[in-house]
Amino acid sequence: MDPSDVSNPRYYHKVVDCQWGCPAHTNVPEYIRLIAQGRYTDSYMLNRVSNVFPGILGRTCDRPCEPACRRGRVDGKPVAICRLKRVAADLRDDIKDRLPAIPEKKNGKRVAVIGAGPASLTVANDLMPLGYQCVMYEKLPRAGGLMRYNIPAFRLPAAVLDEEVNNILDMGVDIRFNTPVQSLKALLDEGYDAVFVGSGAPKGKELDIPGRWDTDQVHIGIEWLGSVHFGHIEKIEPRVLIIGVGNTAMDCCRTSKRLGGTDVKVIARRSRPYFKASPWELEDAEEEGIEIVENHAPKRFVVENGTLVGMEFEQLEWTEVDGRQKSKVIGTTIIPCDTVILAIGQDNAFPWIERDIGLAFDPKWDMPIVDKATFQSTRPGVFFGGDAAWGPENIIWAVEHGHQAAISIHNHCQGIDVAQRPADGMNLVSAKMGMQAWSYHNDYNPSPRAQMQHEELVKRFSNVSVEVELGFTPEQTAREVQRCLNCDIETHFTSKLCIECDACVDVCPVNCLTITHDGTTEAELRGRLSAPALNPEQALYTSAALPQTGRLMVKDEDVCLHCGLCAERCPTAAWDMQKFELIRAHAGGGVA
Amino acid sequence: MTSIAKPPVTHPSLPKNALGLTRRDYEGAMSTLCAGCGHDSVTAALVQAFWELDVPPHRAAKMSGIGCSSKTTAYFMRQSHGFNGVHGRMPSLATGANAANRGLMYIGISGDGDSLSIGMGQLSHAIRRNVNLLYVLENNGVYGLTKGQFSASADIGSTSKKGDTNDQRPIDPVLLALSLGATFVARGFSGDKAQLVPILKAGLRHNGFALIDVISPCVSFNDHVGSTKSYRYTREHYEELAPVDFVPMRREITAPEASGGAMSIAMHDGSVVRFRKTGDDYDPTNRDAAYAHVRRHQERGEIVTGLLYIDEKTQDLHALNRTTATPLVDLPYEALCPGNAALQELMAEYR
Repeated sequence: MDPSDVSNPRYYHKVVDCQWGCPAHTNVPEYIRLIAQGRYTDSYMLNRVSNVFPGILGRTCDRPCEPACRRGRVDGKPVAICRLKRVAADLRDDIKDRLPAIPEKKNGKRVAVIGAGPASLTVANDLMPLGYQCVMYEKLPRAGGLMRYNIPAFRLPAAVLDEEVNNILDMGVDIRFNTPVQSLKALLDEGYDAVFVGSGAPKGKELDIPGRWDTDQVHIGIEWLGSVHFGHIEKIEPRVLIIGVGNTAMDCCRTSKRLGGTDVKVIARRSRPYFKASPWELEDAEEEGIEIVENHAPKRFVVENGTLVGMEFEQLEWTEVDGRQKSKVIGTTIIPCDTVILAIGQDNAFPWIERDIGLAFDPKWDMPIVDKATFQSTRPGVFFGGDAAWGPENIIWAVEHGHQAAISIHNHCQGIDVAQRPADGMNLVSAKMGMQAWSYHNDYNPSPRAQMQHEELVKRFSNVSVEVELGFTPEQTAREVQRCLNCDIETHFTSKLCIECDACVDVCPVNCLTITHDGTTEAELRGRLSAPALNPEQALYTSAALPQTGRLMVKDEDVCLHCGLCAERCPTAAWDMQKFELIRAHAGGGVA
Repeated sequence: MTSIAKPPVTHPSLPKNALGLTRRDYEGAMSTLCAGCGHDSVTAALVQAFWELDVPPHRAAKMSGIGCSSKTTAYFMRQSHGFNGVHGRMPSLATGANAANRGLMYIGISGDGDSLSIGMGQLSHAIRRNVNLLYVLENNGVYGLTKGQFSASADIGSTSKKGDTNDQRPIDPVLLALSLGATFVARGFSGDKAQLVPILKAGLRHNGFALIDVISPCVSFNDHVGSTKSYRYTREHYEELAPVDFVPMRREITAPEASGGAMSIAMHDGSVVRFRKTGDDYDPTNRDAAYAHVRRHQERGEIVTGLLYIDEKTQDLHALNRTTATPLVDLPYEALCPGNAALQELMAEYR
């Protein structure tokens, strides 16, 4: 078999599961080590390079890094990566002087940015330091997009949001509030060098079933959350039904609890394993006394004398047929209520984009056709990102879209093909500091995952702005950082130094090393290792032929603890622990 | 040496044996031997062998003397009994322990210094008495603990790390054991666990003294060019006998009986040692032929490894001395200490 190519940054990057799983490829292990050292500001700035909004994301991120975290495969619970990010954000010093310098002299290129949500803000964040002039159009009176209007203040305090948003606007973005773009054609006629569309997916889905239009007690979730944010809605009736079980539904039900809802139920079509909401958001909602009703499909609104009194549902039973879930109606039921909030998804809406300006739409979905790598539409110079590109995702994806679109916009404005992406690079430096001394803490800490402390219920419900999560205590932080396995400290192998003494194979606590004869296929090799490598998602490292017998060193990356014992037991330093740093390409940078 | 203890987590697909234990459960303390020491590989092979044999750790006793090799007993089966005695005296300790409690499984770990210099008389008499003991001799040709002087097993012409040449004749533990009448004689290599583990298992099940000489390179003082016990030299001069498979008693033997030159030998407990078919017609039950074979290859500079000689028909220490079948610890007090009247009766026989 061909030896693994560890000179390609992708190999070691994939070993760092959290960083690989993060859409923006945040350097998680390094920022956790910086927290461990008390270097909160450095940790925050390292975060900011990738994810731009560490304080916001440290409270609200969908955390794709955590299901990916190797620690989860080792002891069942991933490192609390997201909330450690919040620790760095909460404890840092002022970072104003660390933000990139904005050139006085501009480069003469003007970019229109539509919307002031996370994708658009990221584009401005990446382009302003390069000398671009960014004009940002926002239909509402404040910036932040869904981060501001859809995420309630009890999850994300306004002060945190304001600071991180203003850090970007203060770079000199020409922000125009209360200015919805009515016509893309007219905007293009203003002579911008590039346009970025980051206007989100602002239209909440309707539920057009009998009774829907006979009452004014049915609200669209995201619009209702926006109204609460602006203070247009301050109260809700006692009995509330939330239709849908995504994260917006969670925000709606918890907000209802704070506005006077006493009997709040979330109604789901399917059973719990299929819920779209993050498990921790479901837990938080249930902690607040919200009931989640499974397998109920809305049938009609029950309106009596113009007043909503309940909703009728079909009770469903789901069975799997040919790998697909099929439902059967097993009965109907009426659940009494005073108000219903619909949180069943969001749609894009581009009534303001003319269809005759060379910007093609997919006829099936009525969505602009956007290139997956360049984020460019079929009209050169017009780029899309965030929820506006391919429908609703989440904040961290929007940030990554923004970074990639900024690269494209920079290329476009500099006359470089947008498909010509700057390459990622890497640094790989030995972590050896002496005999069995490493530049990282290599011992395994068996502590269980830290539990977030929550504000007590009475205080929570007193005001919609009381933040629920209190953050980790210093003791919790100190333990949680040590749960990180330092997956970026890579086990780096040099075949020609190996004397095949088996020391590494024997000492490895998780039996991930094997010296064996060459294999025919990876699948065949996986079966005959010290412990069978049954997780195909994880790479198998195979060395070049070893000097004495021609056999191979094989490593199953799956549950490697990065404890460094292989390197400590290696008499020839064939194994070394080396710190891997991904150098991500960004607008105006990267490895040529 | 390592800076940390082994983390207490395991690979999710790590198999369990009949006792529900993983290999990790047969480990001991962290080794403080040099990184890359062959002895640590022997330890790993022992762990594997005990795990595969489903040995309950509390039914085994680990005996050793002095030397790097003798530290090995600390590094496997942390829940077993053990005794670390004075230099070269492990065979006496093992003999005494075995005489008192024949119900335990005995493992003695020694080295070329402990066995072939200070303890050679002890080794010889343990062989002679056929103590039921697995005797692992970790052989690296140097006194590693005292910084690399030649040991009694150093070959003529091999050089020390500083370049001195050895001119004295070596003592070969395999030839010694064969000539003293040992009933189980094998040679292995720490770098070849595929061969070593089945031999260790057969040796543990052998009813009598089982000597396994394991070439176990000293990575600090005897792994250089000029050494005849380095990893590279051993691999280059390796001559493997018919590989053996150890078939434990409880497993049903479904494969066809040995055919066409392969040979099966039944152990006293019903297990079977099966020699796989090879080109030559080596007979592991013929002592003289085994001696001649080892000598012939030695002349050519080759290191013969494998299970060289086995005799399952002999009697061990207890049978030879017609002792009680019950371990002393399990005898009732009255039987063990029958009182003054019985003592007087015994004394009268000598008057």
